[in-house]
Amino acid sequence: MTTHAGRSRSATPASAPAVDTPVLATQELRVTFAGRGGRAGAHAVDGVNLDLRTGEIVALVGESGCGKSTLARALLGLERPSAGRVVFEGEPLRYATRALRAYRRRVQLVLQDPTGALNPRHTVYDAVAEGLRIHEGHARDERERVAGALSRSGLRPPERFLLSYPHELSGGQRQRVVIAGALILDPEVIVADEPVASLDVSVRGEILRLLLRLRADPGLSALVVTHDLGLAWNIADRVAVMYLGRIVEVGPVEEVLTAPSHPYTQALLSVLPESGASSPVVLAGEPPDPTRVPGGCRFHARCQVLASGRAQGVADRCRGEDPGVLEGGTEARVACHWANAGD
Amino acid sequence: MNYLEVEDLRVSYHTPEGEVPAVRGVGFGLAAGSKLGLAGESGCGKSTVALALLRLLPRSAGIRGRILLDGEDVLTMRWGRLRAVRWAGASIVFQGAMHSLNAVRRVGHQIAEPIRLHGSVPRDRVPQRVGELLDQVGLPGWRARSYPHELSGGQRQRVMIAMALACEPRLVIADEPTTALDVMIQAQILRLLDRLVGEHDISMLMISHDLSVLSGSCDRLAVMYAGRVVEEGPAHAVVTDARHPYAAALGSAFPTVGDPASRRAPHGLPGDPPDPADLPSGCAFRPRCAVVEDRCAAIDPVLWPVDSDSAGSAGRSAACVRVLDSAAPEDTGAPDGAETATTRVADPDTTLPTQESGAQY
Repeated sequence: MTTHAGRSRSATPASAPAVDTPVLATQELRVTFAGRGGRAGAHAVDGVNLDLRTGEIVALVGESGCGKSTLARALLGLERPSAGRVVFEGEPLRYATRALRAYRRRVQLVLQDPTGALNPRHTVYDAVAEGLRIHEGHARDERERVAGALSRSGLRPPERFLLSYPHELSGGQRQRVVIAGALILDPEVIVADEPVASLDVSVRGEILRLLLRLRADPGLSALVVTHDLGLAWNIADRVAVMYLGRIVEVGPVEEVLTAPSHPYTQALLSVLPESGASSPVVLAGEPPDPTRVPGGCRFHARCQVLASGRAQGVADRCRGEDPGVLEGGTEARVACHWANAGD
Repeated sequence: MNYLEVEDLRVSYHTPEGEVPAVRGVGFGLAAGSKLGLAGESGCGKSTVALALLRLLPRSAGIRGRILLDGEDVLTMRWGRLRAVRWAGASIVFQGAMHSLNAVRRVGHQIAEPIRLHGSVPRDRVPQRVGELLDQVGLPGWRARSYPHELSGGQRQRVMIAMALACEPRLVIADEPTTALDVMIQAQILRLLDRLVGEHDISMLMISHDLSVLSGSCDRLAVMYAGRVVEEGPAHAVVTDARHPYAAALGSAFPTVGDPASRRAPHGLPGDPPDPADLPSGCAFRPRCAVVEDRCAAIDPVLWPVDSDSAGSAGRSAACVRVLDSAAPEDTGAPDGAETATTRVADPDTTLPTQESGAQY
């Protein structure tokens, strides 16, 4: 079994809601994809504990291939964990068809490309009502609920949009329609995969403001999967940084993004064009392959701190000892021998 | 003399509904070895400018103006000469390397193609040259035998850069070179471009929707809106102290991590870019502008030097009535010819703020 590691840093976050049980959580979650033709399987998610509390926006950040989308899919019940579990309101997620169906109306997905997510031949009304029809058949108050979801998403007055087709809308409006489709079932959790990556910059702010406003709605939480640290800074309460299937640093946005502890988080922040860092740390090479997770700390081969010799005292552990899986909870934690050995 | 000089470039697309203007009078200059960033949202005409520079636009596009590349007008060039200028005079790194590379040809073959066509290297030395180019962009030589699908997004973009450098051009046009790449890979590619452009004394025109990417890589920035440059100046000044309300909105759309002002406060810009076929009267940005005034409906502002008294405004210009107000006529002499890259500012002798948008084309 892996050891629990992680250092809890000072103050508790001011923004975190005072609810103890997370609405959605993963416990030691692993998702492994079998290799073909005798090749090694890919450890896409390799042990993750992540809690999402009511009224909280958590940003899951990382490079492509780090497993963040697989983790999101597992949270939605779209991937079966090979070990560990997904826990919703204290109960482990069950994968029977009927149980999953009930679950999916409470945990909704918002996809990244609104143009691809909407059927070009369906009106806005049909697109938003689709989820409702799947779960409740033709509800008598369907029209009111569609209009309500549209106005919650900022498409006002909703009557103006009901009979529009996606091509008649702008990119931002389409993304709002997708979000309305997720809201119509009054979910407890929204999982948004790169909600603004395909939108123009000026629209980006609008959609982020919408997500921020929805957070004020009672009982709604969101996990936002993104590679954009600016997005996390804009809207998230907590941020989890993922590298090669593991969360390597997690904590309140103000702490993790202004005083990052993990060398990987430090590198990610230093290369932001606007960071103005005097010496950006550009890591060489591509993120390593999840079919061949390096021994020791999985980041050690690319770690700039280890390479610079600053981690001399713990270098043997970096190369030989897995820092382990971080615990859940809202405190700041980091999976790094060097950071945990004291700065 | 500037290596690239664009004068009053206008491009319109012929459509069944009539002429749709995509570029409405853009001018800039680029000195050898300097880097200009062209920013704007999709549909603002920035990619049309890039394609027009090498006459890569479809037949349905009508182009007017002058594009002087090393003193020769690309628009009137004969076909054979144009072929020689493409790749060797100026080359383009396109966005979306997956779609720009041929999926069924090895990348080494694709890098070799422009070298063979231009005959700049003896035939038997082409493989060696391909190896050199791969080495320059940080890929091992054996990658020449790979197919595009065997490479990651960042590696494919490196191949595109190797192709762009193959014939030793003096100008590289990079159209969204890092869009869709992760931050770390983006940093690698930008650093690579920066190094290669510096080592070979190449001029670069980089196009992106991301002002922060451009400000880190370019000396000067030009922000486009609805087919025009609306603000131009030194990169840092345009990003931190924009004078045109659109440039300011674009700059603040990308938050600075750690800046308390943007924490839980995403900035956007309401509304959509105008339909190029149906532009509003007066200033094209008027319907979305937060500081719009009554006169903006009547005045179509031209690019005008920013008041040179205020700090940090040297060599800056913006197309906004409020800039016209603050600039006294005697301050508005021709822009300093020594600038590394300058956008052509309207001649102050011509009638300025009264032209209606309809009279522009």
